[in-house]
Amino acid sequence: MIGFVVKRFVNYFILTAIATLLAYVLASLSLNPAQRYLGRNPQPSPEVVTSILNGLGVNPDIPVLERLWIWLSNLVTHGSLGITVDNQQVTDVIFARAGVSLRLLIIGSIIGAVLGVVFGVWGAVKQYRVSDQLVSYASFTVGATPTFVIGVVLMILATGLNGLTGHQLINFSGEYTAGLQGNFLVLFGDRINHLILPTITLSLTAAAGYSRYQRSAMLDVLSADYIRTARSKGMSRNSALVKHGVRIALIPMSTYFAYSFALLLTGATVVELVFSWHGMGEYLVHSVQQNDINGVAGSVMFASILVLIAGTLSEVVYAALDPRVRV
Amino acid sequence: MSMVEDAQVLPVTPKAQKRTNRPTSRGRLIFAKLARTPRFWVGTLTLLVIVLWALFGLAFYAYNATSQDVMSMNTAPTGNHWFGTDEIGGDIYAQTVVGLRKSLLIGFVVGPVSALLAGFIGALAGYLGGVWDRVIVWFIDLLLVLPALYILIMLYPLIKGGSWVIVMVYLAIFSWMILARVIRAQTSSLRDRDFVKAARFMGVKTSTIIRRHIIPNVSSLLIIDATLGVGAAILTETTLSYFGFGVQPPDVSLGTLLSSGTGAATTRPWLFIFPAAILVITVLATSLAGDALRDAVDPTSGANRD
Repeated sequence: MIGFVVKRFVNYFILTAIATLLAYVLASLSLNPAQRYLGRNPQPSPEVVTSILNGLGVNPDIPVLERLWIWLSNLVTHGSLGITVDNQQVTDVIFARAGVSLRLLIIGSIIGAVLGVVFGVWGAVKQYRVSDQLVSYASFTVGATPTFVIGVVLMILATGLNGLTGHQLINFSGEYTAGLQGNFLVLFGDRINHLILPTITLSLTAAAGYSRYQRSAMLDVLSADYIRTARSKGMSRNSALVKHGVRIALIPMSTYFAYSFALLLTGATVVELVFSWHGMGEYLVHSVQQNDINGVAGSVMFASILVLIAGTLSEVVYAALDPRVRV
Repeated sequence: MSMVEDAQVLPVTPKAQKRTNRPTSRGRLIFAKLARTPRFWVGTLTLLVIVLWALFGLAFYAYNATSQDVMSMNTAPTGNHWFGTDEIGGDIYAQTVVGLRKSLLIGFVVGPVSALLAGFIGALAGYLGGVWDRVIVWFIDLLLVLPALYILIMLYPLIKGGSWVIVMVYLAIFSWMILARVIRAQTSSLRDRDFVKAARFMGVKTSTIIRRHIIPNVSSLLIIDATLGVGAAILTETTLSYFGFGVQPPDVSLGTLLSSGTGAATTRPWLFIFPAAILVITVLATSLAGDALRDAVDPTSGANRD
């Protein structure tokens, strides 16, 4: 099992590393870091602009591959991802923002996966009954709704709720209330309160996809012979479904999790932008808007590492569920 | 003996006899199953209504997408302005219809085009096998590492100020990968079938074999994904445009419309709710139709269970 996981990890590692390097090249080709300075009035002299760009390591006159090499050797020797256009270390920005994104991603994906599996299994077991139809139509509707629309609709509903009760029951702008004083419990409660709507948004989106997939995986399993065997040797329907059904149906889900992680990242980025959370997805978008090549490369690298972890994790789950790969 | 045989023969009406004699084609079977799926009718009829509405919705309407009614700014829906107006008196109904046209056009082009791309690349990988197969699959995996949205956002500076057609091309380029993997898996099992071998040994060119023998055999998958791809493309387009990375003003799509309506979503909800509802209904219709197609094509779905 360890050999299998290590092999998959190396494969993922190479893929994500190359994807990061390609992203650096892509960002260097598409972004124009000089634009930020050329738009100023009075216009800075070309020498000033060149020296700033050289300082950032993003001078377009130096070949892309050479800049990539310098960026990479800085990363390996100094653990530095370069500096942003605001003269901060990219690694510092990442450390400050990573927690925000991780909190959203971890809680959102766990809730989303649990909801998706439960509703998917439920839909398969109750195939074509009213409850299955309800779950199906609900997941279709959520799947057909862009994440930002879910977020904004939840905001409208929360505003309505707050207005109806006359209290600020649900807070949804930003990640915490700025300037709030109080002890740890008050601040913690405030963060939890701000977490509600973004987490619901992300987990709903994730659960819609998972439940469709889990339902069809479970339907494949339900018609298998070994379920009938388990039933005919006297196992109760529920324990046969759980021990022989759900466990097997989770195997394709673990692969699907790795594939859908990109969707989850997309969803988290949208949620951060809609609820104005200062996370890594928002950082990528701002870096593109500010023509900050180092910022883009840093945030893409962060995303790649998450993809690497999620991919490896799904292989571990796969190996744990499917005894055949352990041999 | 004869009595037993007589007893076993059930009385058969001539009409039923006639029906069993006629061979049933696969297309007929699929359509018969589709016709019995309410989801299919709901999806296709809704989509038809939406397309007709996008085409003729402004025919008998007093305002167009650029007209500004100074007498009624920021008004809730009235008999005059069906979806209300924005802060400069622009008519939301007219803007929604125009935005819907663009979003539908992008969806209906990107869905089929990306399915075709997936078909050819997947079939090529599966049919060639060996080194080519591994190279193509590796390339697909590489494209799948990062979210397509990230790549599209990074490419945004190149399309700034460009036309919406470029957005459409970008969307098509970055949405074929997962289907291509599915097609590849199907093709590699097809390539050892006798009819493909026969064609190969007769000296038929590879491109012809893929076109004549492989693609038709995976066409059901392609049709399903072309349908589902329409909805997916509309979703990606609106998300990109919403954050300003897709369709650029003065072009209007549902995404740009929603983007300008968001700021006032809690106080003037008509700016947001109507375009959002149209968007959800459109995508929902395509995914219902696509899902019904998948159920009809896949012989194992809907089998009798426990």
